[in-house]
Amino acid sequence: MSENTKLGAVHSIETFGSVDGPGVRYVIFLQGCQMRCKYCHNADTWKILSPDQSADEVLKKALRYKSYWKKNGGITVSGGEPLLQMDFVIDLFEKAKKKGIHTALDTSGQPFNRSPEFIKKFDRLMNVCDLVLLDIKHINSNKHKLLTSHPNENILDLASYLNEIYKPVWIRHVLVPGITDDPDDLFALNEFLESLENIERVEVLPYHSMGAYKWKNLNMEYPLEGVEAPSDESIMQARKILNAY
Amino acid sequence: MLKSDFQAWEGFEGTKWKDEVNVRDFIQKNYTPYDGNEDFLADSSEATNLLWEELKGLQKEERARGGVLDMETEIVSSLTAYGPGYINEEMKDLEAVVGLQTDKPLKRAFMPYGGIRMAEEACRTYGYEPSEKLHEIFTKYHKTHNDAVFSAYTPEMKLARRNKILTGLPDTYGRGRIVGDYRRIPLYGIDFLIEEKKKDMANHSPLSMTDDVIRIREEIAEQIKALEEMKKMAAIYGFDISRPAENGKEAAQWLYFGYLAAIKTQNGAAMSVGRISTFLDIYFQRDLENGTFTEYEIQEIVDHLTMKFRMVKFARIPSYNQLFSGDPVWATLDVAGMGIDGRHMVTKSDFRFLHTLENMGPSPEPNLTVLYSSRLPEAFKNYSAKISIDTSSVQYENDDEMRIEWGDDYSVCCCVSATQTGKEMQFFGARANLAKCLLYAINGGIDEKTKTQVGPAYRPITSDILDYDEVMDKYDVMMDWLAGLYVNILNLIQYFHDKYYYEAAEMALIDTDVRRTFATGIAGFSHVVDSLSAIKYATVHVIRDEEGLAVDYEIEGDFPRYGNDDDRADDIAVWLLKTFMNKIRKHHTYRNSEPTTSILTITSNVVYGKATGALPDGRPAGEPLSPGANPAYGAEQNGLLASLNSVAKLPYEYALDGISNTQTINPTALGHTLEEQAENLVSTLDGYFDQGAHHLNVNVFGLEKLYDAMEHPEKEEYANFTIRVSGYAVKFIDLTREQQMDVISRTCHGAL
Repeated sequence: MSENTKLGAVHSIETFGSVDGPGVRYVIFLQGCQMRCKYCHNADTWKILSPDQSADEVLKKALRYKSYWKKNGGITVSGGEPLLQMDFVIDLFEKAKKKGIHTALDTSGQPFNRSPEFIKKFDRLMNVCDLVLLDIKHINSNKHKLLTSHPNENILDLASYLNEIYKPVWIRHVLVPGITDDPDDLFALNEFLESLENIERVEVLPYHSMGAYKWKNLNMEYPLEGVEAPSDESIMQARKILNAY
Repeated sequence: MLKSDFQAWEGFEGTKWKDEVNVRDFIQKNYTPYDGNEDFLADSSEATNLLWEELKGLQKEERARGGVLDMETEIVSSLTAYGPGYINEEMKDLEAVVGLQTDKPLKRAFMPYGGIRMAEEACRTYGYEPSEKLHEIFTKYHKTHNDAVFSAYTPEMKLARRNKILTGLPDTYGRGRIVGDYRRIPLYGIDFLIEEKKKDMANHSPLSMTDDVIRIREEIAEQIKALEEMKKMAAIYGFDISRPAENGKEAAQWLYFGYLAAIKTQNGAAMSVGRISTFLDIYFQRDLENGTFTEYEIQEIVDHLTMKFRMVKFARIPSYNQLFSGDPVWATLDVAGMGIDGRHMVTKSDFRFLHTLENMGPSPEPNLTVLYSSRLPEAFKNYSAKISIDTSSVQYENDDEMRIEWGDDYSVCCCVSATQTGKEMQFFGARANLAKCLLYAINGGIDEKTKTQVGPAYRPITSDILDYDEVMDKYDVMMDWLAGLYVNILNLIQYFHDKYYYEAAEMALIDTDVRRTFATGIAGFSHVVDSLSAIKYATVHVIRDEEGLAVDYEIEGDFPRYGNDDDRADDIAVWLLKTFMNKIRKHHTYRNSEPTTSILTITSNVVYGKATGALPDGRPAGEPLSPGANPAYGAEQNGLLASLNSVAKLPYEYALDGISNTQTINPTALGHTLEEQAENLVSTLDGYFDQGAHHLNVNVFGLEKLYDAMEHPEKEEYANFTIRVSGYAVKFIDLTREQQMDVISRTCHGAL
């Protein structure tokens, strides 16, 4: 193993991602997350595992898809939570940028904090990251905690920080009936987003239960059993409130 | 008359094409590339709406009657067997392009030359009683193709056929796949073409009357006769096609008469229209400039011509329908492509043909094919992608690969294979089941289903665990046997087809000195690859029955599968294709034709699968094989592009008859808005074809829609719900439930 490459714990690859950033994306799902979102459709990525794939190897495989990326495609690192493996992502993105590839980071923001050590690494990462896809699960911290087991202050702080450094951001909000679709909360979220100047796009992602089987495979009870996908009407309403896609 | 005297050629540039038949030269000298977008297109006319409603009503009735609206039993189909026929006699003046196969719309003709038994079986299947008189004629006084073939088959050939290691052979139906250059009729008129054929006849009179010379002279005579008949056929509808067409409307009509001549006399599995859009555009462009026709009228002509291609029908038998389900005719019509000189060949009419899918809704026929290059104008690529997303009725083929082999005036003659228009014909030869061949290698030539000794009695494999080297050695010699037998069967079939069911009408519109290809095919491709990979990288135990025959396999451990962009598996795929093609090449092919092969199965993957035992890749006995060059169901682990990359590695040079790949994408997995979806689809096509891949069928819909259509075929919205299957399109509700389930079980690339 070369000294010049960092190791990462990779969960899986989707070679044809078209909803995780602009254009056709090669999506690298990393393993490990500390959020416990009730609607998580990748519960199998929670467990922290030891890293075993080098950034060089991962990039080499990704480059086989360069011909599909054209004007605006590229690679997206998702998860799991990629900020738990910053050294790996920095290495991957630095090498990708050298090859002129568009890079996107899909994060929940949960590990973010303003400690000097974290910010130092994070700044280095942002240097080679073209776009951040930031999930804001809930604008209300208490409800956020109920939904994800973590409060949201540092996540909103990440949004502010990205605004400070002029980093382009797409905000994503999963719409779950009865949990994240209260118009008052959506208005509050919109108010927060309007205070920021770096938001290029807001996406409302309708909740679906296609990840439920993974909970069962992991012998866990699915907390949102019986919750249906949101109605078209409620999706339209949320999109209107948030000026979303 | 001096040729340059034709008034009809007023304003056309060039000289070479005026001296002798050369449609390509005419196109290159006269077409107008169009770089703009779809905004110029016209909506459907009142006449189009009325006729299309009428036709939809007839299609509905046809379905209600079990798939056939009406059938001929008393008259043998020919160019002049019927008086004029219209969609609706009372609305005949609305039809901008006229002509039916019989006297009534969607009525199926009686075509006994391929085989009287099949023609009669087709009648009886749908409740019609065939004529006794015709039975007597075609059993007592006239031999048919089918009788001839079966009289000459060797016992070994019959055995291989019965055990379905070779299947779908065109010995009970027309071989099809011959595309007449129908554009010649509008450009030159029939009389000019007859004169040219007479010159060819004079040139084929050497000192020695060898078999070859005698045969070609007889064929030219047949062709001239067919040309004369075409004039009579057109006269029945009140047109004089002895002269060239004078405007776009006549050009479309003259061209259609040529195609109509083909479908009145041949019931081939594929009856392609060819590459006509750029040609017709030259006439339409001249009309627009002269003010003869408006855009609205031109679109109406294109819509009505297309409507005729949607109406082509043949009488088929149940075993045929199992092979090629959904009543397809492969009226393949190609648009776009690049010219040798570097200009793209997209014209306004390429847009107009795609636009028929908006004006008249989705449709499986004509089999609209975009000859794709990443260098096509962005506006056209974008429009085409949008049409794909809306209708799932378009397929894409790599013009950058095909142009090298066939120039810039080829037509797709079947679902995916190319021939040079007017210069080439193809001997279609169905496919060999290479998955079954692998089982024969393991079982020493004994069929795993029928337990009959079909192949040579080589020593079988007796070990518990399959050894890669041993399997490869045995597979190699078993494939040698199969390739030899296969070519010989096809030689025999093609000989008799030429003799008893010669395609005079199509060949009359093709150069006399014709290039011939000999198209073989492979079925079970991905399963052989995965099986060999399993044997190599995992441990495969053999399960034998009481007679010692290998009937099932147990796999221990993991192995790389074709469809994941993993070279360990994909290298086996490339090896398999090259090896089989090289084995085919060792044998003499009929009329010194050039052998080719394909990896495409149409919907026959279901029947082939039924006849194939369990395979070492874990596929259970009787399950459908994966279609064409598609990776096996469930093999893909890394999404669509990994799968595309695997298929793109197969060298087109070794499969010149085509490498078919069908993918279904959930709209939500393609992007948020239609604009984004179209852009992402274009990027996908660019990326795939720039790597040298050959073909892609694109379906865009979710599984929910398929389930709903299966459960509620009566819903209006599903009447013309079209999906792309291996190399062509069908109406989903016309598939058998088994095939519908097969379509559903294939990977649907969706978002999580």
